[in-house]
Amino acid sequence: MDNTTLARATMGTSLGFHIVFAVLGVGMPLLMSVAEGLALWRHDKSWLELARRWSRAFGVLFAVGAVSGTVLSFELGLLWPRFMAFSGGIFGLPFSAEGFAFFLEAIFLGLYLYGWNRLSPLQHWLTSIPIALSGAASAVFVVMANAWMNTPAGFTLGPGGQLAQVDPVAAALNPSTATEDPHMVVSAYVVTGFVVAAVYAAGMLRGRNDVFHRRGLALGMTMAAIAIVLAGITGDSSARFIYGAQPAKFAAMEGIYQTESGAPIHLGGIPDDTQQRVLFAIEIPKALSFLATFDPNAVVRGLNTFPAADRPSPLLVHLSFDGMVGLGLFIGFMAALFWLLAIRRRSLPTHRRLLLGLVLAGPASVVAMEAGWFVTEFGRQPWIVYGIMRTSQAVTTAPALGLTFAIFIVIYLGLAITTARLLLMLAARNREAGKANVSPVTSSHE
Amino acid sequence: MSSAELIAGILWLALTAYAVLAGADFGGGVWDLFARGPRAADQRKAVAEAMGPVWEANHVWLIFMITGLFTAFPTAFGVLSLALFLPFTIALIGIVFRGASFAFRAHGRDAVGPLSPWGVIFGVASVITPFFLGTAVAAVASGSIHAPNAQFAGSFLDGWTTPLAIVMGLFALSMCAYLAATYLMVENEREPALLADFRSRAIAAALASGVLALLAFAISAIEAPALMQALLGRGLPLFVLALLNGPLALWAVWRSRPRIARIAVAGQVVLVLWAWAVGQWPYLVPPDLTIAATAAPAATLSAMLVVITIGGLLLVPSLWLLFRVFKTGRTEASG
Ligand code: HDD
Ligand code: HEM
Ligand code: HEM
Repeated sequence: MDNTTLARATMGTSLGFHIVFAVLGVGMPLLMSVAEGLALWRHDKSWLELARRWSRAFGVLFAVGAVSGTVLSFELGLLWPRFMAFSGGIFGLPFSAEGFAFFLEAIFLGLYLYGWNRLSPLQHWLTSIPIALSGAASAVFVVMANAWMNTPAGFTLGPGGQLAQVDPVAAALNPSTATEDPHMVVSAYVVTGFVVAAVYAAGMLRGRNDVFHRRGLALGMTMAAIAIVLAGITGDSSARFIYGAQPAKFAAMEGIYQTESGAPIHLGGIPDDTQQRVLFAIEIPKALSFLATFDPNAVVRGLNTFPAADRPSPLLVHLSFDGMVGLGLFIGFMAALFWLLAIRRRSLPTHRRLLLGLVLAGPASVVAMEAGWFVTEFGRQPWIVYGIMRTSQAVTTAPALGLTFAIFIVIYLGLAITTARLLLMLAARNREAGKANVSPVTSSHE
Repeated sequence: MSSAELIAGILWLALTAYAVLAGADFGGGVWDLFARGPRAADQRKAVAEAMGPVWEANHVWLIFMITGLFTAFPTAFGVLSLALFLPFTIALIGIVFRGASFAFRAHGRDAVGPLSPWGVIFGVASVITPFFLGTAVAAVASGSIHAPNAQFAGSFLDGWTTPLAIVMGLFALSMCAYLAATYLMVENEREPALLADFRSRAIAAALASGVLALLAFAISAIEAPALMQALLGRGLPLFVLALLNGPLALWAVWRSRPRIARIAVAGQVVLVLWAWAVGQWPYLVPPDLTIAATAAPAATLSAMLVVITIGGLLLVPSLWLLFRVFKTGRTEASG
């Protein structure tokens, strides 16, 4: 394999790994802060115990997020030195700001995790707020950089390709930022909410129905339900924006080969490049033109109007897009069902089939989020900076990329397995503590 | 001073902070690996307690440096990423294993103390990482990275596989161990047995560092005359201070004055780094890349200074709080 392929595979794997921990790094601190706040407000020790349990798990998750994030910051240079030499001075500003967000997150997390006995309860709760804020801020900043790769702004190129009129603030606030950033941040809460809910739903399926399970499920589903609505709204505006700003990505997302007015939506199906159409799809006439512009007869530019060398893969992008939207609809449905039943019964629903659905919604939300990133990243190809620099021009000439790719795959597998085992072990320990009543708070009221 | 020079100075400060703070965390891993004798378990616990709340914050200095470098000096970053691909990749793998194993052990079932598989990985990764970062520093300091016209022109082994680089890698490692041992003396002021353990470790690390430093200096006379000239030229005042401070630090360790020792040893790291920085000024990556020539456009630099100012205003009080809560609490409580 050539360096470009290996570097793309390494970068994609590293990002796909990091993002799982990163989204929990955005969402978990908010959940912990709410739980601990409720404990203070209601003088309720079991909310506090819930926050403590989450914080132990989060200690592990954060460390893995930190090391995998470190890998990424190195890899930007190690794999794409020419890209960074060109872009660093333009889109680096949000990364510098992100550095401070990481500082604050790590500092206050240190205080939070190790400060239970050194800080007063109120002080301790207060330390959770900067963690939640800086977690969200780091997502905002890094996605600004990604948005710039999609719609580069804030500079001009001279005749010899030299940079001029660089404006890093305009680069950070490039056109995609307004749609990509909100969608990413709410997606982080979507994933955290559904994953947390799935953990407790799984416990309930095994007959564990204590106060922690009920509250964990309720709080997770609250976050999930609010965020999934926002994810739909922000995702819709993302798609509409891409229609104008990145027409090749849009055509690939929707499997539109020929330019047409009144374009249909293809639900599912397999885009086939040789026949230039989407096989086995359900077609809804004019729906795409309508969704993209509110005009059922609007023109959608087809993929074959782009030079062959400038086309992303419709197979990858269309399937990823439908995967994200399909799974998004599924988890949204689960959230709606859950709360409808809860409101009707005035208590948490515990039907086995509903719980089973919630257990599935957790991983489904993660897959939806990964698929969304595939849309963004595969859809940008063959450009690393859309319209400006090709991925193949950016790549390193270093040796042994195959070996480092293999090493990182092994590392990520090892980290994933160990993290999972450790979290299961922490859960088991919580249960033992609950049973033996070692912890004075587990037997509290409700 | 131009804004490019100012930012270069700030990045050098970040490097200094990383060396003095995270360096000690790596050194802690070294002493974890080499914990010996009847108090081996207590030594490991002391290391884990000292690192637990702060290592992630200390680690961020590295991230800050990387993102700062590619924002302010993108061409230098591109060249370094190519030239030092191999040592950086190895150090990176070390960083991953070090961080993950520490967290897995701290939050997992294995009690800190007895030798555990995670403990071994933690220790070994703590040895590998500073060594390879040290070799990378040697490649830069010795002027071995050639980039005429800001394009890397050399081999992927240049500069970091020389005898000088190996000695400097070992020097970096021994300084980390030295830092950690003196910090651990402070943390265990009230535990005579542990204090004595870390004192003897500090002395060993001090002697090793001293010998390696002299050796590096001697080799650089043959292998890297440019580095030698830099240290004896503009860097001379700081270099002389470093030579004088060395024995002072050793004296403080010898006489069991942990607090003086801590300042003196950290000061030693600061002096060495700044003697190098001042010596090679105005070069970022000698012999071809100067600070001015590799700097990002002026608008980026001034925006960065704004971000650094705002960020710094948030960062400094937060860091102060962190270290106040965890690094002074014990002595205050008892004294
Ligand atoms: C749980 C996660 C999740 C869910 C339910 C959705 N998305 Fe999404 N989507 C993401 C998570 C995500 C993401 C976090 O993975 C991406 C990648 C880049 C980004 O900013 O958000 C994304 C990207 C992304 C993009 C590409 C943005 C770009 O390249 O600039 C579009 C067009 C959509 N989404 C549209 C939607 C629509 C119409 C949805 C309707 C239900 C939807 N998303 C649900
Ligand atoms: C964390 C969530 C993300 C995921 C899952 C993700 C996924 C991917 C994937 C799969 C690729 C390979 C695409 C291909 O080569 O066809 C890729 C490439 C890349 N991504 Fe992302 N990405 C994420 C976020 C980001 C962000 C925030 C940035 C930048 C600031 C970024 C920068 C890059 C770069 C530089 C490449 C390599 C060049 C290229 O292939 O275009 N990514 N990413
Ligand atoms: C090219 C892409 C990316 C790079 C270079 C990167 C870099 C990093 C780095 C260096 C860290 C470690 C900070 C520490 O030591 O504490 C980190 C952690 C983190 N990153 Fe990323 N990141 C990328 C993508 C993302 C994305 C897309 C998000 C969005 C959600 C994100 C959110 C976070 C968060 C919240 C953390 C905190 C650690 C945790 O809670 O697990 N990152 N990232």
